[in-house]
Amino acid sequence: MSMNRDEVRKALIDSILAVAPEADFAAVRPDRPVRDQLDIDSFDFLTILEHLHEKIGVTVPESDYGKMITLDGSVDYLVRRLTAS
Amino acid sequence: MPSLGADMEDGTFVQWNVQPGQDVARGQVICVVETQKGAVDVEIWQAGTLAKLIASSGEKIPVGQVMALVATEGEDWKAIAAQPGVLPSAAPAAPATPPRVKISPAARRRAAELGVDLATVRPSGIEGAISIADVEGRKAATPAPQRAMAEPPDRQAAMRDAIAAAMTRSKREIPHYYLATMINIERAVTWLEKRNAALPIGERALFAAVELKAVALALRETPELNGFYERGAFRPGTGMHLGVAVSLRGGGLVAPALHDVDKLSLADLMAQLKDLLKRARGGQLRSSEMADPTITVTNLGDLGVETVFGVIFPPQVALVGIGRSSVKPWVIDGTIVPARVLHATLSADHRVSDGMRGARFLAELDRLLQQPEALA
Repeated sequence: MSMNRDEVRKALIDSILAVAPEADFAAVRPDRPVRDQLDIDSFDFLTILEHLHEKIGVTVPESDYGKMITLDGSVDYLVRRLTAS
Repeated sequence: MPSLGADMEDGTFVQWNVQPGQDVARGQVICVVETQKGAVDVEIWQAGTLAKLIASSGEKIPVGQVMALVATEGEDWKAIAAQPGVLPSAAPAAPATPPRVKISPAARRRAAELGVDLATVRPSGIEGAISIADVEGRKAATPAPQRAMAEPPDRQAAMRDAIAAAMTRSKREIPHYYLATMINIERAVTWLEKRNAALPIGERALFAAVELKAVALALRETPELNGFYERGAFRPGTGMHLGVAVSLRGGGLVAPALHDVDKLSLADLMAQLKDLLKRARGGQLRSSEMADPTITVTNLGDLGVETVFGVIFPPQVALVGIGRSSVKPWVIDGTIVPARVLHATLSADHRVSDGMRGARFLAELDRLLQQPEALA
């Protein structure tokens, strides 16, 4: 699947909004841990990954959860996964 | 009106999902009631035929008051429906039963705040669901409405009141004792990671599900932690119905039951947990989930602290607290190794159990978590 960085970011943000509809991304620091900023617990995180899988077809293994800490880092990681496949 | 928790005094009737003459099965959702903890789908506890629907929309009904008449097997529902004056109620004519209104909890609240009758709102949302905009549009189109007698319910304040009442009662009546232990979960987590790696995202289990299974099995050793203290005596629970504390976005919490957790496979347990969490956060819990927990488990999870000592939800007699896992030095056979560990705690009612028995429970929880294969 060919997606540019902005499209990946939008897919990620839409997936987060699906579980945290009140999230205000204007106030989210993209270089800080996003789960702390938006109160996303492990169940929410799993749900976000399910939405992401539906939207962009990337399956994030548990061993890569550590690469999805910040918003920017998550987008980097997802773009890498998409270009590798 | 069923009691959906020790702290509930009344509920506001929202709508019927059934009509007179309809056969219902035990456990079927027959109506929706608004409580301090959100809208609840009320299940009927006996099979039969709905004879007469008495509660009407917007009515505030105390716990224990008759909401409907049900004909059981062999009874003629029409005869029961025709019986005059058996009820302390204004007995309004049975409403022409509308189809279930599809509406988000937020839109339902907005409608209550604005005093908008949902039957008059034209839905524009997905699959005919009423949105907040529909409610507000209807409000704008309504000329100078009658002000409702009651103040608009403030969801946050109502839930805070409910929590305050239950916790105050708990701290006033229940002589808590508290125990804590540190459990090495390295084996259990490693086992779960291996299991999850082979599964699609939708079938991965959270460690919280493993913990719940272990808690339920450990309770078999110490049944005096699972049940209720009522009228001066302990009444054991009829199953391991674990109340799962769920914090809600925007504040407040609910602790609905997962039923018979000790008998569920990990896959089924995880599926039911996901469904429960989604509905708890969406305000779509069922009456049995609100009323049935025999013990509560609070898991502050990966965002939380290392140790949590909970306050027991009366009339339950115990609460298990699971803290955040972290990597700590651990000594195995004289060697220091890094290991993922967590603090498990127990708050229990001294009127029913003693520290020795509580300690037994935590030791059993530890033992079970060292054999994760048996928790599948």
